[in-house]
Amino acid sequence: MNWDRINEKLSILADAAKYDVSCSSSGSKRTNKGKNLGDSSGVGICHSYTEDGRCVSLLKILLTNYCIYDCLYCVSRKSNDIKRAAFKVEEVVDLTLNFYRRNYIEGLFLSSGIFKNPDYTMERLVLVAKKLRLDYKFNGYIHLKTIPGASDELMYEAGLYADRLSVNIELPTKSGLKLLAPDKDHKTMLAPMNTIQQGIQIYKEEKKLIKSSPKFTPAGQSSQMIIGATNESDLDIVKTSTFLYKKYNLKRVYYSGYVPVLSDNKLPTLGTPVPMVRENRLYQTDWLFRFYKFKPQEIVNEFYPNLDLEIDPKLSWALRNMDYFPVDINTADYHMILRIPGVGVRSAQKIIAARKHAYLSYEQLKKIGIALNRAKYFIICKNYYFTKDFDHNRLKSEILHFSTSKYKKNFSNQLSLF
Amino acid sequence: MTYLIYDTTIEGFLTAVFEVYELKLDKVAIRKNNLEMPQLFAEIIEVRTNFDKAKRVSEKLTSILNKNGFQSLLKTLLSELESIEDDILKVIRYALECKKNILSDFGHPAVLEIKQVLKKINRERHRMNAFVRFKLANDGTYYAFIEPDFDVLPLISNHFKSRYADQNWLIYDLKRNRGIYYNQEKVEFVILEVNAKEQNQKLTINLDPSEIEFQKLWKSYFKSTNISSRKNMKLHLQHVPKRYWKYLIEKS
Ligand code: SF4
Repeated sequence: MNWDRINEKLSILADAAKYDVSCSSSGSKRTNKGKNLGDSSGVGICHSYTEDGRCVSLLKILLTNYCIYDCLYCVSRKSNDIKRAAFKVEEVVDLTLNFYRRNYIEGLFLSSGIFKNPDYTMERLVLVAKKLRLDYKFNGYIHLKTIPGASDELMYEAGLYADRLSVNIELPTKSGLKLLAPDKDHKTMLAPMNTIQQGIQIYKEEKKLIKSSPKFTPAGQSSQMIIGATNESDLDIVKTSTFLYKKYNLKRVYYSGYVPVLSDNKLPTLGTPVPMVRENRLYQTDWLFRFYKFKPQEIVNEFYPNLDLEIDPKLSWALRNMDYFPVDINTADYHMILRIPGVGVRSAQKIIAARKHAYLSYEQLKKIGIALNRAKYFIICKNYYFTKDFDHNRLKSEILHFSTSKYKKNFSNQLSLF
Repeated sequence: MTYLIYDTTIEGFLTAVFEVYELKLDKVAIRKNNLEMPQLFAEIIEVRTNFDKAKRVSEKLTSILNKNGFQSLLKTLLSELESIEDDILKVIRYALECKKNILSDFGHPAVLEIKQVLKKINRERHRMNAFVRFKLANDGTYYAFIEPDFDVLPLISNHFKSRYADQNWLIYDLKRNRGIYYNQEKVEFVILEVNAKEQNQKLTINLDPSEIEFQKLWKSYFKSTNISSRKNMKLHLQHVPKRYWKYLIEKS
């Protein structure tokens, strides 16, 4: 093997793949039956963390960064003058197996620039997965990023070998896509999601009848969009992700804060900070929908099209809806308790369990481990009533004053750059 | 004060618990026999490990705490904390008194302590599942050295066995000078002849010629996958504390 050449390829193709944020390796169970390589218990492991604090769980690379398209936001676009490289199918297989055997990774996350045409590219991605599964009996995790425009047959075949398939929607709005990715169109981008969803549906039906039906994308499908590359609002983003969750039953929608890598007058200028706080607020919003039963329009709407960067979206909602508060800890229903700022799912469950035994006081809440520094402005309990004698702006500044946001530093950093 | 000294095995500990009740000892502490006994005026009893007695204790406790609960209670022995036995004994006494599963009664200080120790042990186990780095020797064995905070080898053995079922591997704990070795049949505890810790430098294992190349590849990958404009060392260190770096190829 020509190690130096492989090393060079790996550097180029890992570098080009790193902007895809998903690194999840959970949600798929593959039991090692017999004496083979690999076993996935369904819980992914982070084997390392990059200096930016992100989990390293998968070997995340492109098959090639040659591309016939010219998406403006992408380092691999055709017109960009960069070093190009391409792995052979065998090389990717070899790297994956050898990294896996050394306990560096949980598996492979493979995507690619488009060379020749979408089918030709997708075929090779599928071939890597197929070889790993069939020739090497590999039970590790495989995530393939599908190529827009590839045929349904290939999508389906991919689903047979991969644990997860992703179809990146790339940008939150159609107009953004048109502006920055002239070769792609919204419809072709969505089509594979449909195919995959149908595949999963069929598999589920078959599985009911025949236990041993081959797995089909057991960890489901996900998508990603770049935020902050066009001037979309948070409302636009939320609308798109809500649509994707609903229509295609996605497992996750990832947000990737745009990292300026190219200069072009349609893009934010080089040196513009990565919108990390905004990205984080969007993930928090996502959680509110998925685990707190908030409706999208409660968090962003025509009047509040953008998330507040200073405070998290749940607190922001509370401050805009003070008439729901204070909430009586001892009588309110579970969903209302979940809406109290500072009270998470665990705490809410604890409250519900504890109040069966006693009429809860402030002290008791503390004792069972409820963080009250934020919640105290929004609750009533035994011998405790928060006097709402200031308006929500004052309340906000008081809360901000007493809390040290993890993102404060980043936040002020960003502001000072504007 | 009476000290019951046991041989660090689980059965030894359970025998000691048996004796606590048998001898109706009130002011008592159970200690491992590899610890120094500072107290001059204490009575010291060496417990002879007895499998029948151990079994009786384990059956009794399993019936009250159920299997998982009892196992997790014993798991805290792996913490090697000098007086963890005191907390376990307190929990056992409390359970026998109430005659019900009290392991979720966190109002009780010993129960809470056990729960916190368990959490730490589990975290260490997860870390070892993640941070073990195998190197390929020229005889085809994959081996890794570790120095975990707790004695977690027994807890990680199954994970590695089912994952790396088709390769020989050795995971060696240099702190405790013992390891687990898998030969594609079963996992066994092994002790290397050389005192590996002292001779760490001298302990040479002949690497497969490709090994160093794959290490280089992994290092380049790790470097290339980082996004420097998002650098956040505080978060990084929180996830990968410095004491683990020594054996992490990408960090050394
Ligand atoms: S098709 Fe994919 S790889 Fe090619 S330029 Fe567009 S985003 Fe980049």
